[in-house]
Amino acid sequence: MEMTGAQMVIEAMKLEGVDTVFGYPGGAIMNVYDELYKQSDFRHILTRHEQAAVHAAEGYARATGKVGVAFVTSGPGFTNAVTGLATAYMDSIPLVVISGQVPITLIGTDAFQEIDATGISRSCTKHNYLVRSAKELPRILKEAFYLASSGRPGPVHIDIPKDVTAELAKFDYPTHVDLPTYRPTTKGNVRQIKKAAEAICSAKRPVFYLGGGIIHSGSADLVREFVNATQIPAVETLMARGTLRHDDPMLLGMVGMHGTYQANMAMSEADLMIALGPRFDDRVTGKLSEFAKHAKIIHVDIDPSSIGKLVDVDYPIVGDLKEVLEVMIPKVKEHVDPDRYQPWRDILKRYNEIHPLKYEDSEKVIKPQWVIERVGELLGEDAVISTDVGQHQMWTAQFYPFSFPRQFVTSGGLGTMGFGFPAAMGVKRARPDKVSVNFTGDGSILMNIQELVTAVESRLPVINIILNNHYLGMVRQWQTFFYEKRYAETDLSFQPDFVRLAEACGGVGYRVETKDEFDEALKDAVEKGVVAMIDVIVDRNENVLPMVPSGGTLYNMMLEFKD
Amino acid sequence: MKVERRIISVVVQNEHSVLARITGLFAARGYNIETLTVAPIPDSDMSRLTIETRGNVRVIEQIIKQLHKLIPTFKVIEHEEMIEKEMVMMKFPINESLSNIQALCEAYNGGIANVSSQHIITMVADEPKRVRHFIEAAQRFHPVEIVRGGVVAMERE
Ligand SMILES: Cc1ncc(C[n+]2csc(CCOP(=O)(O)OP(=O)(O)O)c2C)c(N)n1
Ligand SMILES: [Mg+2]
Repeated sequence: MEMTGAQMVIEAMKLEGVDTVFGYPGGAIMNVYDELYKQSDFRHILTRHEQAAVHAAEGYARATGKVGVAFVTSGPGFTNAVTGLATAYMDSIPLVVISGQVPITLIGTDAFQEIDATGISRSCTKHNYLVRSAKELPRILKEAFYLASSGRPGPVHIDIPKDVTAELAKFDYPTHVDLPTYRPTTKGNVRQIKKAAEAICSAKRPVFYLGGGIIHSGSADLVREFVNATQIPAVETLMARGTLRHDDPMLLGMVGMHGTYQANMAMSEADLMIALGPRFDDRVTGKLSEFAKHAKIIHVDIDPSSIGKLVDVDYPIVGDLKEVLEVMIPKVKEHVDPDRYQPWRDILKRYNEIHPLKYEDSEKVIKPQWVIERVGELLGEDAVISTDVGQHQMWTAQFYPFSFPRQFVTSGGLGTMGFGFPAAMGVKRARPDKVSVNFTGDGSILMNIQELVTAVESRLPVINIILNNHYLGMVRQWQTFFYEKRYAETDLSFQPDFVRLAEACGGVGYRVETKDEFDEALKDAVEKGVVAMIDVIVDRNENVLPMVPSGGTLYNMMLEFKD
Repeated sequence: MKVERRIISVVVQNEHSVLARITGLFAARGYNIETLTVAPIPDSDMSRLTIETRGNVRVIEQIIKQLHKLIPTFKVIEHEEMIEKEMVMMKFPINESLSNIQALCEAYNGGIANVSSQHIITMVADEPKRVRHFIEAAQRFHPVEIVRGGVVAMERE
């Protein structure tokens, strides 16, 4: 069938089963929006900023594993979207982002709203395309969805010149993709898997190092089975939260800069590290020369470049985690004796007794950690939790009782302030059955505050909980610890009235200064199903602890800070 | 870790900005490109790049893996047993001894490529080390211009 490039885009969305597109129109992409107007197969959500459109698509993708989709126009529309692409790229999130471009005839002439979009997105996408003719559009659209969601997932960007969206060509949507240059290895090497299984059975102090790859590959159930069968303790990275239930006795908590003492000690003293889909980020490893010094390392990852990038690996296994675990678990089960690790588990238990994750609650002022625990008690598994970036993000990762994979949506690799609210809108769209909560900071929330309008208009009831410390808290904390309290530009005492701000956009605002007020506000917001802004005034001097100072060693944590 | 010189050949799909992807990768990750040669492979929709680079074992391993990871990359060849050649053109003033220059070029598998009223242009293709030696030896004829091509390489077997 013949159709225009714009019609092809819409048709491809239908064929790919897309039910939501987040976006923002403009000159170069108007043909696509004109076709979008004529259809009713999927919903378009008009965010109020292109960055938010991409973050919302990310929230949708992170909550479901499906490909998130965003449309933006050329020039500033595209450049606004770049932070979203980079955020998704760092966390391996499957997205297809389509931007308009000036007509091919004008490319290279510094035309109005022309920017070298693929030149910019090259370094923050898994792959990108500048479409040269409508003829190649069906193949490119098909490839984009395939590339985004296969292998190590990631964002794919398609830049379509305006004349291509108007051009007529035959639409023959491919049923499958055959790229001779792209064949991700999914089956792990069986001999290597066998050797790894033997190493596990003969280790004395093994530890599971669980990473985001588990969530992407949908192998949390298998990991739970693995951990349960072996009774080997496990640490989770920020991106892996929710892999194990919070009350799993083998879970040592989060690892890394703000990880628990027992998790970081387990990494430091282990004789075998079973790394399932992590990427040895510097926020996890600390000083590399001291990292896991006594451990042999098994590393399973679908991306070969991830293996051996930072640390030498003894048992490298390239493959899809799910397929690898399906082979590895039975092999380990045959020989493993969980009792063998009892002395090791006892040691770790002692560590936790000496230095548990803790905070000092107060009746005078609300502690931010209390708010997170309280939401955990009141909503628990009924909520999907997004965050912005800063102290509140780390406290959420530490204190929220996560129960299932994809319950935690956060910008890990890029650490993008402004991510939380639009992401939580995407979450709500993808999981209408859940309460979508965004823990945010008084700094971060203002970086995409305009989305109040989107959320209200599009009926995406997100509950924003501002842990308001009147600071760019995380930066302030570093200034307290490492810069002799010179609080350069981190004091946010001057603030908007968040309650009235919410109301001005049609949402509901609550200002909270006591625990009772918080309970009432949260209950009210959940019951009414409104877009909410709960401004919780918390202790502004609270620090995220424990902490491995940047470049420090995991076994040398700062457990307390005394003035 | 010891820094070593490596020759890597990459076979890629000929498509929009594929060269930018590769040079961008080297730039973004701080890898070295000493020389780079590119040309289409006859009767195919692929091109072959030969990259001469330097780095320690871990860096070289990452370069190879990162090159593989690019979607249009078909094959990455890490050369071990290879024949390498490099080409150099040099321009000399006409008043230098033509026969001496010719003799030197012949010693390095080359010859005179052109003689005009003003200049002699020579062309030599040989192993990179021998090309270096040639350039050194040719200094006494006061070259006015030197153009080196990048390395190309082929597995011995
Ligand atoms: C876009 C962006 N700009 C700057 C930073 C650096 N940064 C990291 S945390 C932080 C403070 C965040 O403040 P707030 O949102 O109030 O959270 P808090 O730490 O107080 O909980 C800043 C400025 C960032 N991560 N992202
Ligand atoms: Mg703050």
